[in-house]
Amino acid sequence: MKRTLRLFALGLAVIALLGWLVLGANRGWTRTSVAVKTVDSITGLEGIEYQNRFVPGVELLGTSLLAAGLLAGGSFLFKEQKTT
Amino acid sequence: MKKPLLAIITLTLIAGTALAAPMTFDFKDPKGVNNAVFKLDAPLEAIQGSANGISGTVTFDPEKPAATKGKIVVATESMHVPNSMMQGHMHGNQWMDVAKYPEITFEAKELKNVKTSEDSISADAQGTFTMKGVAKEMTIPVKLSYLKDKLSQRVPNMKGDLLVLRSTFKVKRSDFGINPGAPKDKVAEDIELSLSLAGAAAAK
Repeated sequence: MKRTLRLFALGLAVIALLGWLVLGANRGWTRTSVAVKTVDSITGLEGIEYQNRFVPGVELLGTSLLAAGLLAGGSFLFKEQKTT
Repeated sequence: MKKPLLAIITLTLIAGTALAAPMTFDFKDPKGVNNAVFKLDAPLEAIQGSANGISGTVTFDPEKPAATKGKIVVATESMHVPNSMMQGHMHGNQWMDVAKYPEITFEAKELKNVKTSEDSISADAQGTFTMKGVAKEMTIPVKLSYLKDKLSQRVPNMKGDLLVLRSTFKVKRSDFGINPGAPKDKVAEDIELSLSLAGAAAAK
C-alpha cells in the first residue's frame, strides 16, 4: 500500500507538471478559451477571436502537486510490509 | 443669358453642398473585427478581455472634422475573458450586471484640439460615457482615419467610405459602481479601454 501510494503520487505529480508544460506553461489562471488576433488588411485594425481551448493555470498545477504531496505524505501512515 | 448662368451657379452650389455634407458611418461591423479591449493591471492579478458587440453611428465630415459627433455602443453581454468562471462573475450583478445594464455607451458631442495629418485626424472627443447606469462627462483622445471609397474592398458589392476610429483611455472602476469594495490589489481600480473600430458609409 505504501509503495502504491507513493507511485500514484509520483505519477500524479509528473502528469500534472508535463500537462501544464505541454499545454502552454500558463503562469496565470486556467483558461477555457484563447484569444487569436487577426489584422484587417484594409483598415489595419486588430481583431480578436476566441477559440475554445483548455490551458491549465498555476492553480490547477498547484492543486495537483499538493494532492500528490498529500498522497506521498499519507503513505507514511502505512507500515512497511516485511518480506520473509 | 442671365437664366442659364444663374442655373449653373445654383447647380454648382447644390453640388458643393452635397459634397461637403456630413456622412453617417454605421459601426455595426459585418466582418466582426470591431472590438473594445479592457485591461485591469492589479499588483496581484492582471485581467484582460474584449467585447465585440459594437454598434452605433458617427456623423463625420472630412471638411469639418471638429463637427464630428455620434454614439458608440458596446453590448456588455459580449464582454469576454479567457476564463469561463471569471466571465460568469464579470457578467454577474456584483460586477457588470449585464442583465440590468446591457450597454456601455460613449456619446460624442464635439471634437476639440483637432490635428490633421496626412492620413489621420487626432482630437479630443467631448461627450458622455455611460457604464453600469452611471453617466460621466469625459474627454477622450481619438484618432480617426477616413478611407474614401474603401468600403468595396472590405465588403464586396458595397460602395462607399470607411471611417476607422481608435481610442485608448482609462476610467475608474469605483466611479461607475463596479464592485467598489473589491480589493484593489487583486482587481485594479483603473480600467484601460482600447477601441478599434471601423464604420461604413454606403454610397447613395
